[in-house]
Amino acid sequence: MLAFLIKRLSNAAMVMLAVSLMAFMIFRFVGDPVELMVNEQTTSEQRDELRERMGLNQPVLVQFARFVGNAVQGDFGISYRNQQSVMALIAERFPATMELVLLATLISLMVGVPLGVMTAIHRGKWYSEAVQFVSIIGVSLPSFVIGILLILAFAVTLGWLPAFGRGEVVDLGWWSTGLLTHSGRVALILPAIALSFYQITLVMRLVRAEMLETLRSDFVKFARARGVPAWRVHFRHALRNCLMPVVTMTAMNIGSLIAFALVTETVFQWPGMGLLFIQAVTFVDIPVMAAYLVIVSFIFVALNTIVDITYAVIDPRLRDANR
Amino acid sequence: MPDPVLEVRDLRVDFPGRHGTVTALDGVSLTLRPGEVLGVVGESGAGKSMTGLAIQGLLEPPGHIAGGEIHVNGRRIDNLPLRQMEKIRGREIGAIFQDPLTSLNPLFTVGAQLVETIRIHLDMTKAEARARAIDLLRQVGIPAPEDRVDHYPHQFSGGMRQRVVIALALSAEPRLIIADEPTTALDVSIQAQIIALLRRLCDDTGTAVMLVTHDMGVIAEAADRVAVMYAGRMVEIGEVRGVLRAPRHPYTQGLMGSIPALGHRVERLSQIDGAMPRLDAIPPGCAFNPRCPAVGPRCHIARPELAPAGASATACWIDQGGVA
Repeated sequence: MLAFLIKRLSNAAMVMLAVSLMAFMIFRFVGDPVELMVNEQTTSEQRDELRERMGLNQPVLVQFARFVGNAVQGDFGISYRNQQSVMALIAERFPATMELVLLATLISLMVGVPLGVMTAIHRGKWYSEAVQFVSIIGVSLPSFVIGILLILAFAVTLGWLPAFGRGEVVDLGWWSTGLLTHSGRVALILPAIALSFYQITLVMRLVRAEMLETLRSDFVKFARARGVPAWRVHFRHALRNCLMPVVTMTAMNIGSLIAFALVTETVFQWPGMGLLFIQAVTFVDIPVMAAYLVIVSFIFVALNTIVDITYAVIDPRLRDANR
Repeated sequence: MPDPVLEVRDLRVDFPGRHGTVTALDGVSLTLRPGEVLGVVGESGAGKSMTGLAIQGLLEPPGHIAGGEIHVNGRRIDNLPLRQMEKIRGREIGAIFQDPLTSLNPLFTVGAQLVETIRIHLDMTKAEARARAIDLLRQVGIPAPEDRVDHYPHQFSGGMRQRVVIALALSAEPRLIIADEPTTALDVSIQAQIIALLRRLCDDTGTAVMLVTHDMGVIAEAADRVAVMYAGRMVEIGEVRGVLRAPRHPYTQGLMGSIPALGHRVERLSQIDGAMPRLDAIPPGCAFNPRCPAVGPRCHIARPELAPAGASATACWIDQGGVA
């Protein structure tokens, strides 16, 4: 298990190094950073001085090493746009996105898995078909449409929930959470539902397909023949054998949700990383974009590693293969 | 004579489909007494496994029991709701499946699966159930059962896994075990061991076994009586010795003729011409009539019922007043 862990972690480190190289190249070669930072009145002496100060005259490898060294310590430089440390900007936004994404994922699992199991067990019944049909709508409606519809229904018409913003936030020092205040919690509901809609459908359809496959397998029939009650056959024997793809997909989706929550964040004016990224793109704020790339990749790689480890926990056969 | 453990009367299984209903089993009757091994033989698709599944209430929908009765330990079970059937499966009817590689859940230790089955049916604490699980593994001949109980199925060989499956079938001491091709997926050298094990457990505990197989050798080795099936119907049933030595039904005779015997040099094995009809194209009268060497006009008109003939029972007009 230890060797397996080391192997996985060194893999992850290699991927991160490659990603940093790409982020560094964007940083260094998309236009001249000095040109982007100064205005027309700057003299060429000032430009040279800035170039010197930023270390842009050093060999590329040295610069890259310094970039990686800084990145590891969480230093991605200064935002061109508002002259704040990029890391501080992201640290401010990251908890908002994370809370939104995790809640959306939780909702999609808690709704999607039981629905998937139900539609697989009761295949052909009218209510399964109905759920299947509604789920098609879930896939085909873009999330901003769902977001707008939710706002229209629950914020504008009914006035139950806030339409935008994050509500009151409690600062825990390293993390700012909306979960501890009432206004923070209610503000989270609509965007989380909007974000989870598509995920619910994906999880449900995946679980359904896997369950149908597993329910046909011999060990499920044999469990029935041993007298194992139906619910136990379904939820213990069959569902557990379906979990691997669900874990993989969920983890990959957490990554995509973080990276692409920006649509939902824009609709709900959610002060998350997506909104930050949109602004960075608008202003060609390269350090923010580079940092965003590295951090999102880091999340993907971390999730991937966790998935690999989870596999071994779920399936004993993999534990042995890696021993 | 002790009361039968299993009594199947005139069982009929239908599969409704787009092109009309297919009758997969038609008029199957058999009885099993304690400690008895009944071999059920026939070609693929003859309905051997289907009979076993129907008894356990495990037919795949839309297949269902459309007629007849099934009694286990004196109680009618073919019309029970699922909840009560679950209590009978494993407790009164143990099951052994064909492929031990796929019949165990790969994600749980064999001990967990044994303890699960034991505790569903018997009122035992976890510790008691575990002790019983180890004991069962020992009974079926698994070495070092104290260690092996915590192993996963993939850590066992095929033959060992089938022993685990047998231990699972025995978990709640059922009086009847339905073994569906228990040796087909195993190496020849392992087959004999598994059959001997089944036979021994049957003799020791008085458990009755319905042994579904297409292997006449297995029948000769292990069974007391044999039932021969053809196209979803029972054509002959009787003591193994009688049926193997002096088969009465032309189909059984054909089956016996197609088995090579050691020590006899035969130029060419005899074979039964043609193939078993598809279940939706069974001819009127006797289902075997297109292939039967002794066919007569009556065979095309009326279907013979199973009736005593000599030491066994056959469904053939030859034994019931002639084919003319």
